[in-house]
Amino acid sequence: MLAASGKLDRRELTRALLTDRGEMLVIAGLGAPAWDITAIGDCAENLPLWGGMGGAAMIGLGLALAQPKRKVLVITGDGEMLMGIGALATIAVQKPANLSIVVQDNEHYGETGMQETATRHGVDLVMMAKGAGIQHTMFVTKPDEVPALHKAIHAGQGPFFAVAKIDATSKPLVLPPREGALLQARMREAVMGPAAHHQL
Amino acid sequence: MDEHSIDKAPDAAADWPDQIYSLLKTHNITQVALVPDAGHSRLIRRCLADNEMKVVTLTTEEEGIALLQGAWLGGAKGVLLMQSSGVGNCINMLSLSIMHRCPLPMLVTMRGDFGEFNPAQVPMGNATQTVLEAMGTLVHRADTPEDIAPTVNATIRLAFNTFRPTATLIGQRVLGAKTFGKD
Repeated sequence: MLAASGKLDRRELTRALLTDRGEMLVIAGLGAPAWDITAIGDCAENLPLWGGMGGAAMIGLGLALAQPKRKVLVITGDGEMLMGIGALATIAVQKPANLSIVVQDNEHYGETGMQETATRHGVDLVMMAKGAGIQHTMFVTKPDEVPALHKAIHAGQGPFFAVAKIDATSKPLVLPPREGALLQARMREAVMGPAAHHQL
Repeated sequence: MDEHSIDKAPDAAADWPDQIYSLLKTHNITQVALVPDAGHSRLIRRCLADNEMKVVTLTTEEEGIALLQGAWLGGAKGVLLMQSSGVGNCINMLSLSIMHRCPLPMLVTMRGDFGEFNPAQVPMGNATQTVLEAMGTLVHRADTPEDIAPTVNATIRLAFNTFRPTATLIGQRVLGAKTFGKD
């Protein structure tokens, strides 16, 4: 699971987190996290984002509040999380037990030329989540910590927030569907069945 | 309402905030996302007192666009309450609602509008409708108390029946502008 740099391989980490996912719904932030979940296996329970930078965690919150019995996982990047960092406060106050957020932190803006993010310069997203009042957190750097991370996102004792430091190397593009209406409708149908399309 | 606050809340006799609350119940709205505005203060109190509603106070209004995208993915209906200044914070995030065809009703209380006192409110207030429409939102104004309920009803119906962002702008003329005794 380690890249040549000695850091976690993002795609192997994603594969480990999504193993035996059951009915868990997954929101992936734009860019590499969206390609990662698609590479592991595109399905109706995935919403890979093409835009809305800074909104992934809040989409997870709205979904978690709407479906309190379903596990919801947000996988996103450090740049995306930083852009919507206030969401940590909003989520901490709402305390959704079924919501987990995992930041795959490569300390760079990967889609735009690998410019450094604030986490490259010491900004600690786990401390920010704790400061917001999210009590269950993890900071992951090693493969032997990943099983505990997998357990935590399936435990339903959220809100749960984790940062996994990952290798910055870009992976081959594996693109999800680009039709937003399809991505939305298929997840709604996965949650509610065919009635999703007849809701008034 | 605090005598020393800059915003103006609806006066006690006005019943349009209660009419909006009734409409939210009629349309089975269960997530209410907001950054507070004095104009919405009574409506917010009604929503907070309702155990069937999740009231989510946001740190910035764009969080509400994303929240309600998630709500709709999970089959819940929501509404976003904000002041006109907050509309500016939502611009890029509105891409989500358009991209996914997500119903998104917004109820916006106007500042920088009719008889504004605070110069800082004017630039965004003056641009609110233009900005929303530039991002594909269907906008209707309500400038009298009796216009508010039918306009809000139309805004909610338009959002959930036709899958897009919609907005009612509640004019400052309805709320009145505070002048700090400098009339």
